[in-house]
Amino acid sequence: MKVSANFSALKKTKWYEYAVRFLLGGSVTVVAGLLAKYYGPVFGGLFLAFPAIFPASATLVDKHEREKKQRAGMKQTARGRQVAGVEAAGAALGSLGLATFAYVIWKLLPVWNVAGVFIVAVAAWLCVSVSLWWLRKKHWRSPSK
Amino acid sequence: MIPEPQGDPVKDLILRFVIGGVVVSAFAALGDVLKPKSFAGLFGAAPSIALATLGLTIAANGKMYAATEARSMVAGALVSFLYAFLCSWLMLRRKLKAMPVTISALAIWLVCSISIWFLVLR
Repeated sequence: MKVSANFSALKKTKWYEYAVRFLLGGSVTVVAGLLAKYYGPVFGGLFLAFPAIFPASATLVDKHEREKKQRAGMKQTARGRQVAGVEAAGAALGSLGLATFAYVIWKLLPVWNVAGVFIVAVAAWLCVSVSLWWLRKKHWRSPSK
Repeated sequence: MIPEPQGDPVKDLILRFVIGGVVVSAFAALGDVLKPKSFAGLFGAAPSIALATLGLTIAANGKMYAATEARSMVAGALVSFLYAFLCSWLMLRRKLKAMPVTISALAIWLVCSISIWFLVLR
């Protein structure tokens, strides 16, 4: 399956849905900082991987897919839940990429320059995430099929 | 030794809030436009909070402090794998709705992460 981008999808998201994401993202970033400040970086660091935005994104995907099917005349549809479930499977693979990102930062930051470490960490996150997604597509069947 | 946080704390929090909101929203928008949705899901686990805050953390507290946070982040990310896998299984196999599943499973993320911190990391 080819990867593509559909920019018209941005118009489906309402202003308050963008606002909710912004507030959630900003709040979790602040909470992670406060937890690190009061309980130390060992505890606070856990929350750098907190799936803060995922519930909002999955709910949004579910809602948009359901509305699409309802506009096509299908009142009862499992499409929204299925698409959100498939997206969650992708997020599971992305989490392994996220762990790789954190591992690179942990090991290289004390000995390398900051910009170089960030470039390598982001590249490692993308490589691991995309490779795992590609392997899954190639070797496993989607449970929704 | 890990240094104490430096600088104006309120300014730091506002900066974290704005940068965190912008970076998280940008990755979420990227997930909206990409197809197929299994690929878009990869960006649901993007290092958005880390990218938003690690730069500020390094500037305020130094590289060792940020590296210590990243060590714990490895554990948090592995728990996020379990979280997302569980959400996917509950929605696809058990046919449960997205909102209750993804919100209630956050409690499992918290319990698992804090357990790992208590038993392994601290």
